[in-house]
Amino acid sequence: MSDAKAVADRLVKAKRLNALLTPPKELRKSLNTQIAAARPTGVLYGMPVAVKDNICTLEFTTTCGSRILEGYRSPYEATAVAKLKAAGALIAGKTNCDEFAMGSSTEHSAYGRVLHPLDKARVPGGSSGGSAALVGAGALPAALGSETGGSVRQPAAFCGVVGIKPTYGRVSRYGLVAFGSSLDQIGVFGRSVHDAARVLSVISGRDPRDSTCEDRDPLRLPTVPESLQGFVVGLPKEYFPPELDPAVRRACDRAIRMMKELGAAVREVSLPHTPYAVPTYYVIAPAEASSNLARYDGVRYGPRFNGATDLRSLYRSTRGQGFGPEVRRRILVGTYVLSSGYYDAYYRRAQQMRALIAQDFRNVFDRGVDLLFTPTVPSPAFKAGEKLADPIAMYMSDIFTVTANLAGLPAISLPIGRVKGLPIGGQLIGQAFLEDEMIEAAYALERVVPATDEA
Amino acid sequence: MPPAWETIIGLETHVQLRTKSKMFCGCSTAFGAPPNTQVCPVCLGLPGALPAANGAAIGLAVRGALALGCTVHPKSVFARKNYFYPDLPKGYQISQFDQPLATSGTLSFLSAERGIVNATIVRLHIEEDAGKSIHDRFAKATAVDLNRSGVPLIEIVGGPDLRSPAEARAYLQLLKQLLEYIGISDCDMEKGSLRVDANVSVRRVGDTALNTRTEVKNINSFAFVEKALTVERDRQIALNESGGTVTQQTMLYDSKENSVRPQRSKEESHDYRYFPDPDLPPLVLTPEFVAEQQSELPELPGAKRDRFVATYGLSREHATVVTASRAVADYFETVAKTSAEPQHAANWVMTEALADAKDHNDELRVSPPALSQIIGLVKGGTLSHQAAKRVFAEVAAKGGDPRSVAESLGVIQVADTNIIAGWVTDVLAAHPTEVERYKKGETKLMPFFVGQLMRASKGKADPKLAQRVLEEKLAS
Repeated sequence: MSDAKAVADRLVKAKRLNALLTPPKELRKSLNTQIAAARPTGVLYGMPVAVKDNICTLEFTTTCGSRILEGYRSPYEATAVAKLKAAGALIAGKTNCDEFAMGSSTEHSAYGRVLHPLDKARVPGGSSGGSAALVGAGALPAALGSETGGSVRQPAAFCGVVGIKPTYGRVSRYGLVAFGSSLDQIGVFGRSVHDAARVLSVISGRDPRDSTCEDRDPLRLPTVPESLQGFVVGLPKEYFPPELDPAVRRACDRAIRMMKELGAAVREVSLPHTPYAVPTYYVIAPAEASSNLARYDGVRYGPRFNGATDLRSLYRSTRGQGFGPEVRRRILVGTYVLSSGYYDAYYRRAQQMRALIAQDFRNVFDRGVDLLFTPTVPSPAFKAGEKLADPIAMYMSDIFTVTANLAGLPAISLPIGRVKGLPIGGQLIGQAFLEDEMIEAAYALERVVPATDEA
Repeated sequence: MPPAWETIIGLETHVQLRTKSKMFCGCSTAFGAPPNTQVCPVCLGLPGALPAANGAAIGLAVRGALALGCTVHPKSVFARKNYFYPDLPKGYQISQFDQPLATSGTLSFLSAERGIVNATIVRLHIEEDAGKSIHDRFAKATAVDLNRSGVPLIEIVGGPDLRSPAEARAYLQLLKQLLEYIGISDCDMEKGSLRVDANVSVRRVGDTALNTRTEVKNINSFAFVEKALTVERDRQIALNESGGTVTQQTMLYDSKENSVRPQRSKEESHDYRYFPDPDLPPLVLTPEFVAEQQSELPELPGAKRDRFVATYGLSREHATVVTASRAVADYFETVAKTSAEPQHAANWVMTEALADAKDHNDELRVSPPALSQIIGLVKGGTLSHQAAKRVFAEVAAKGGDPRSVAESLGVIQVADTNIIAGWVTDVLAAHPTEVERYKKGETKLMPFFVGQLMRASKGKADPKLAQRVLEEKLAS
């Protein structure tokens, strides 16, 4: 895959998806330059990896899917991007996403919605919808996304690809434009578990510029196991409610049966605080976002909008016109929950609940469970526009994914079947910094599960 | 008649830590660079940049806390203080809020009115500085210089323990002295490395509850501390006496007018929405780290003063003067030791040395060995005190060995009896009348003869020796 033209051609062919924000001409030019400079000895030599537009690159603009950063070129690149380049990978453009990664459908991008690669009436999921759609369309072997509440795993499930969210602190956040700093983590999409895992391995590891990044060596890739003998897989009952889409349920049952056949011990477990996860998430993430997005004030960078006559009107016009409605909604919610008089009732309680949710997982893992298996999303990809008017319904599509972000745990989504042609994802949640075990199990399941068969 | 008014003042002091690089990035903290040249993605608050705490700054902050007798907490938390301002690039300042680095210290200072006052240090926390808004550089625009953005500060919050503007000044003076001593800050108000805001209220003597306070800001020079607080105190008293009430607000001091004006409500602080900074793990200090910082602390001024009294027999007043700064104290101590004349050393330091330093950027221009030598020359009779002062001034201005300088100035005292005897003979020969009167018992003429002799010797004769020889000759 070291032919710059072939890489660009494939990406340009997928143009109709509106998944790539980089103009074709600029992409071709950059790929030519990059391939000439790439290290031939790198473990990812010549591998094109598209990067979500909220991750800073020296190549291309970094707009976060927002008007407020239209045309913004970062003077530095994210640690993850620098590591990819050092490993010989090619930065294959910037991918469309929900504005500042806030959304579950990539409909909240200032640059238009991304189409689902298999059904243009549907959404690819979000917020890393552009990356998922490109990998799902076969335009790329891998892409970077970012997660705050499921923004890699949910679109991976919708688009029928593999998505990994590593343990919080496994990958440096330096250069990932912050949304909810205590939840954010760069994640990886791959055509296969192996493609995703090898990219993850390259971008993982310590970084003195991110104080929340653990002082650890990069992740070592496990080998593909013969069986799942010795693995204890927990099925949290809260993730299999009676109202779960029957097709999703069937696909999960089939995957569970196959893990048993591979020798895994499967047992039902309980994570009792699960129902509070989405409300907890929608206090903490907006609170942090309200502070993280304060820097977009029109003073130092980004476009200026009409109506700025003094400082206050500069703030008002920049933030009023630069941010879309979903971002504004979350900034308002976040500002409210941090306000004096409301802090204890919302932010402090949410932090307490977050601790209980994390404790749920520890309790299960302490009782001998190695991994948890759940559906990634309660249903397959929904139609564009279907949930735009109802933010709560949109938020509920993160119900099975936000818990891993709140608890800081690694999780992977892989395709486990289809319903009426639409992919369904199964999720494995691992223990902190034990991505290798999680990936091992995913390798085994991937080999046997009929990912493109109807469930 | 109602009781008199009592003033209650508490100071919040921001002190820039003396580090090479900023609090959360590697940019230089050097003062005076062209605008926006000491900046990087972190202190510019660019999208995606993250802070990483400067260990050297944390060490200096801990030293400051220890020197103020604070409890240093093994775990403290960085928090975001959120507000919008053009010179605050992230839209929040990284500070510490409900879990500060240190709490409960004391600063004891001498009040002219109340004697020794133990002022409470409520808390000491670490934070980053904002940038600088420059309103007078361009006609129709405000410029922003972010060189200072991210510079490490400690904020020292004093309790409402000060009772007059003069006490506030004394407190601040001592705080400055202490921080300079331990070497954690330049404490230069003109360069902004020491900034002070004051909470001021007044009440009737005898009342115990605190009344509504105002915060006085923009006191940007040491000289204005007392003035600004006096103006605000007088304003509050006048307001109360005319039947008005003080409203809680921020008052800006104008040093040109020597007046205060309320900050416009638009500029007032809002709800800062503090919350723990998710980009920085809690600051955990090991007992070893704190012990290491403790071991880095020099002898503090109070302890040094007491030791100088005990070891060198200085009076408390003299010891206070020579311990005013660490440089002067070290200077004094070296001279005291090498000359073995501590009181003379103190006298020289308090007069000639400090006077000279005051005119020359606080530089002590005569080296300790040179001053020791001068003291030795006076003691040995080689120099008169007057001559020694000339030598000191010469060495200060031009350097050189004091003895050689004294020789080239021609001020070495003559202690050779034969030479002095010659001058004596000349003087007696020139004043036969006075000799007669003296011999008849008018011994009060002795100073006259000594004076004549000093004149004849052009001031070089050792006056004591000269008197002895004169007495011998006149007795014969």
